[in-house]
Amino acid sequence: MVAVPESTRVRGFSGRDAPSFDLIRKCVHCGFCLPSCPTYRITWRERSSPRGRIWLMKSVAEGRLDLLDPVFAEEMQLCLNCRACEAVCPSGVHYGQILETSRAQLVQHRPQSLRERLYRMLGFRILLGDMHRFRTANKLLRWYQRSPLRTLVRRSGILRVLGLEHAEAMLPTIPARFVVPDGRFFPAENERRGRVALFTGCVMSTAYAHVHEATIRVLTRNGFDVVLVSGQQCCGALHVHSGELEQGRELARRNIEALESPYLDAVIVNAAGCGAMLKEYPQLLQLDHSYSERARAFAVKVRDVLEFLVERGLTAQPGALPWSVTYQEPCHLAHAQRITQQPRVLLRAIPQLRIVEMAESALCCGSAGIYNLLQPDMASALLERKLDNALATGAEVIVSANPGCMLQLEAGLRARGLRVPVLHLIEVLDRAYTAATVPAARALPVAAE
Amino acid sequence: MDRAALRTRLSEIVGPDGLLDDPDELLVYEYDASDEVFAGYHRPDFTVLPQTAEQVSAVVRLANEVGLPVIPRGAGTGLAGGALALRGGILIVLTRMNRILEVNERDGYAIVEPGVINLELSTALQPRGYFFAPDPASQRACTVGGNVGNNSGGPHCLKYGVTTNHILGLEVVLPDGERIWTGGPVPETPGVDLTGVLVGSEGTLGIVTKVMVRLTRLPEAVSVLLAAFPDIETASHATSAIIAAGILPAALEMMDHLTIKAVEDAFHAGYPREAGAVLLVELDGLQEIVADNTQRVAELCRQHSAWEVRVARTKEERDLLWLGRKSAFGAMGRLAPNYYLVDTTVPRTKLPATMRRVEELSREYRLPIANVFHAGDGNLHPLVLFDRHRPGEVERVLECTTEILRYCVDVGGTLSGEHGIGFEKRDYMTLVFTTEDLCAMAGLKRSFDPRELFNPEKVLPTGFRCGEVAVLRQQALAQRFGLEYV
Repeated sequence: MVAVPESTRVRGFSGRDAPSFDLIRKCVHCGFCLPSCPTYRITWRERSSPRGRIWLMKSVAEGRLDLLDPVFAEEMQLCLNCRACEAVCPSGVHYGQILETSRAQLVQHRPQSLRERLYRMLGFRILLGDMHRFRTANKLLRWYQRSPLRTLVRRSGILRVLGLEHAEAMLPTIPARFVVPDGRFFPAENERRGRVALFTGCVMSTAYAHVHEATIRVLTRNGFDVVLVSGQQCCGALHVHSGELEQGRELARRNIEALESPYLDAVIVNAAGCGAMLKEYPQLLQLDHSYSERARAFAVKVRDVLEFLVERGLTAQPGALPWSVTYQEPCHLAHAQRITQQPRVLLRAIPQLRIVEMAESALCCGSAGIYNLLQPDMASALLERKLDNALATGAEVIVSANPGCMLQLEAGLRARGLRVPVLHLIEVLDRAYTAATVPAARALPVAAE
Repeated sequence: MDRAALRTRLSEIVGPDGLLDDPDELLVYEYDASDEVFAGYHRPDFTVLPQTAEQVSAVVRLANEVGLPVIPRGAGTGLAGGALALRGGILIVLTRMNRILEVNERDGYAIVEPGVINLELSTALQPRGYFFAPDPASQRACTVGGNVGNNSGGPHCLKYGVTTNHILGLEVVLPDGERIWTGGPVPETPGVDLTGVLVGSEGTLGIVTKVMVRLTRLPEAVSVLLAAFPDIETASHATSAIIAAGILPAALEMMDHLTIKAVEDAFHAGYPREAGAVLLVELDGLQEIVADNTQRVAELCRQHSAWEVRVARTKEERDLLWLGRKSAFGAMGRLAPNYYLVDTTVPRTKLPATMRRVEELSREYRLPIANVFHAGDGNLHPLVLFDRHRPGEVERVLECTTEILRYCVDVGGTLSGEHGIGFEKRDYMTLVFTTEDLCAMAGLKRSFDPRELFNPEKVLPTGFRCGEVAVLRQQALAQRFGLEYV
């Protein structure tokens, strides 16, 4: 461990995005959060627990620990921001907020290497800063994946030099068709019960375009018009989780502008991470006086698709699927949005579907946005644990509800040479609807390439 | 031996990954769940995370060699400062020793390592139809080793007894590093009951490295009932009436208005916000008896002015009602930045009078006090709410809690129901024990740990260490015979 040189010491938090001391001091260090924390369960060290991290934040705020102290920086990075601790905290510490602002402090004060700055610029600003650019890049990626160049690049060793070997292996196969927010309108089938917008997001609109299509089918079948409202952007979650709060705010404003409409009953999200972010726009924009009110009005309309379907009830009866499935809970669905019952209610609505609960279903799989690229060791320890738990159920299909988890699980299964399909819950429901009329849809799905 | 050499030796024992020695990493071991305003910050010199009993024993031998204190720690959920390194030294964190080694249903025991989490032990035993009965409110985080150290209780102690009733045997590393087994799977062992001595000794006599716990059969049926009362007084009378009727609930818990409010804000457990007090009653046993007793308890509550009695119908509803109770302490963070938790016990019949006194003191000291307690066995938990940043408030809290303790002892109660004495209450020990009692305890401590290296300065009040004891005894004798001590 390197000591902090005297000249670069930073005492306490400062500026607008400082972790709230009132929130930090709400922690009465009861320790109830410890067993819920994935990094604590792997290391059993207090510093890698939520209580330990809050104590480190408190020590920085009180000037007892330097902001640039390696212990502080390491722990803020090692945290998955899965927020399992937040869900069990009796004192109501909004852990996500103080973690994200702590990371913002590090971004502001810690000298970044040229490489880190380059990656941040490329990833957050260029790729995720504009969805049009993102999709163009995805098209290039598809071309790369299908060309002989891929084999060449993989053999050349250049990926290792750039430190991108792991990232490249994680990439999902990019399909030919994307679901883009181009203003398209899908009318409700059967009796019309309302009109919703689908939040298209980044990777959901490209690699997981088929999940969007399934979502649209399930919603229209249940009586909702679906609009692909144009002008919407990336939700900004990856930015905010990495301490790039300003960029996150910019995206939030653009999404609010695009999606705040009195003609919409709800904004539907099928990616848990995006849903949690959209619901937290009021917090993100609370000091922005021209947007704080609009953010509040916007956030009340945001619904995860599973939450929405249970809230409004299914009007169409799903057909039978004779599969056994196990459900892997996305952290930002279970902990950040506290949606745990609805997914199971929907699965139970499918005749003949057998649900086998896995152990530790709400313990993070290690994906956590781009965490698996930044902290590969911890991420893979958690992934292996998750796969062991999931496979121990003997289920034929692993079901989740967030692209990050699905990517992570698929990569893990590929590495083990297993061909267990990973599906978004809405895809399962969509298949069940198809199975009601097309018996062939009852066949087990095949794993993604 | 200098620090660097010691560091190397420790690292050889527990491996580099099992040793923390950077002062900044050790920051997070300067607290436990007790309030730092009273407990202060106490950083150990080293923290080790051993994985075997052999490693624990080797660390203890090394500490002995260099004369450093040794402090055992589990999850750090203790409320009395028992896991604080008051004199620095080596903190031995046992959380990595968390395996369930053996489950023997026929002889009715399990052998577990001390770092096993209380609730996870019960969860693991559940498919076999058993559980580990002691259930402190912190059960989803606290460790079995910590339960042994503090002789922890919990809501279900009313019927099932405290930790000591569920420990059959222990593997212990003694202060000289020797490893011994006490007790065993048979109900009674001849000679001195060393297991009994060690349970509740708060790490001052040895470090537990294996625990043989008793398996308790899961009841056939469970019912949880919530009754809302206009005030604490009526709820207390209902409690006495239930016990007097010959019903022994598995748990009988009370919460006052302030607590209900905090818990409802935190978990929406469905407690009636308008109630002055609620009773949470759990009944377990055979199906027919549980059904019958549920009716009787509901009836008794209504006779004692309960305006609402609700029976949880499903397991989810039961869990939700319990979640509110078990998270009550933590939920206090919603009412005030700090709380001071008093753990004390009075005879059940003295509950109404004690509660009146607590209310008086709350007014007198201008401090809000929330109450949540194990009404069934008279174990009170007044939570004094305050803000440490307000001048003079800390002092008022100390005076107020001392008054509460004094009153409880006066009416025949005692200092601690279940949280232990630790560092926090050691100086109150003189309220309940005579000098002779304390001298005897100090003697016991000396025979285990003559160099006072094991969790030093805990449990026994200041002044009760080797040389000081003789003087105290003479003072006490002088006082008893009306002589002047010079």
